[in-house]
Amino acid sequence: MAAPKKSKGLKTRKRQRLVIVSAALIAIVGAIILITFALGGDSLNLYLQPSAVMEKQVPAGKRFRLGGLVATGSFHRDTDGLTYLFTVTDCAVDIPVKFKGLLPDLFREGQGVVTEGRLNKQGVFVAETVLAKHDENYTPPGTAPKNAEACSHPEALSALKKGGR
Amino acid sequence: MHRFANPAEFNRLADRILPWAIAVMAISLVAGLYLALIGSPPDYQQGESVRIMYIHVPAAWMAMFTYMVMAGASFVAIVWRHPLAELAGKAAAPIGATFTALALITGSLWGKPMWGTYWQWDGRMTSVLVLFFLYLGYMAIWHGFDDEEKAGRAAAILALVGVANIPIIKFSVDWWNTLHQPASVFRMGGPTIADSMLWPLFIMATAFQAYFVVVFLWRMKLEINQRKLSVMNRAEVYG
Repeated sequence: MAAPKKSKGLKTRKRQRLVIVSAALIAIVGAIILITFALGGDSLNLYLQPSAVMEKQVPAGKRFRLGGLVATGSFHRDTDGLTYLFTVTDCAVDIPVKFKGLLPDLFREGQGVVTEGRLNKQGVFVAETVLAKHDENYTPPGTAPKNAEACSHPEALSALKKGGR
Repeated sequence: MHRFANPAEFNRLADRILPWAIAVMAISLVAGLYLALIGSPPDYQQGESVRIMYIHVPAAWMAMFTYMVMAGASFVAIVWRHPLAELAGKAAAPIGATFTALALITGSLWGKPMWGTYWQWDGRMTSVLVLFFLYLGYMAIWHGFDDEEKAGRAAAILALVGVANIPIIKFSVDWWNTLHQPASVFRMGGPTIADSMLWPLFIMATAFQAYFVVVFLWRMKLEINQRKLSVMNRAEVYG
């Protein structure tokens, strides 16, 4: 303030810096996000949903992660008592899954799972690990979650199809 | 705003805010912990494990909030060359790193019983780990230069470049398939958390926010006093 001439020059320089730094910041942040998408591609997804497995024609024997909802009414135990059979669905495509091992606490029909394994020749996904996926609902026991999954299987699926989807 | 670029003014303001911030922190922490651990119901799926959420979620929010404070301060430091702005970034970094570590650890401890794994390299977990390394890198740069001015400039640039990670963290659960669940509070269509759990969560978030204000102001005062001390020492040597 004491030297108005000098402070004017300083102001212009500060304004210039503001414009340059802002522009650089927007450009760099945009570039990083675009590069992430461009180079990351599918590897950024932890798992493939059944529709994506179908679309990509994943060959039998190739290891990958499959994720989706455990179809309601699909879960049962094999005759040996140790192997579990269930269907993973994304409401459009179903993939039968076979798993021998311990299931996590949150494993439930109608809830999400992420499994890792391989498709066999019969099109059954033989899982080596099964992880339970938690949804975004938090609610006390006995009350309905606010955002219940729209697809419960298979009744809702056929209803959806009838609805013209 | 320029008035508070004066360290003495800043110290006076900080001393006025601090008792209030401490009071808010103490009250909301006691109330929040009571509600979170005792006064709120278990979850319909997770049971009692849901209580980890009351630490995990505020810690994760604060991890991102503190980064934005650090990046904002870095922006001001580069554009307007406020000495206090640089110190603000330096003061915020360890607090943010602690919040990030807390979010990662509590998430991992929750993940084992719920998901069946401590860790998966999904979009959310990986991007939060990157956030942790950004904090560590920022602090390392401050320590790595002999020249404080160069250190501050380099650290500020890193903080600004790292801002790209913030939207990646927030939207990772929407952009990609992740093990981590999607947003429950700040989402289109309103929260998907029952009110009896949402209130304890907000009170805990208030406690975390107040904690940040308290520790941040303490650290700012410390940084200012250290600067003063080193100026005095130099004056003794060269004066």
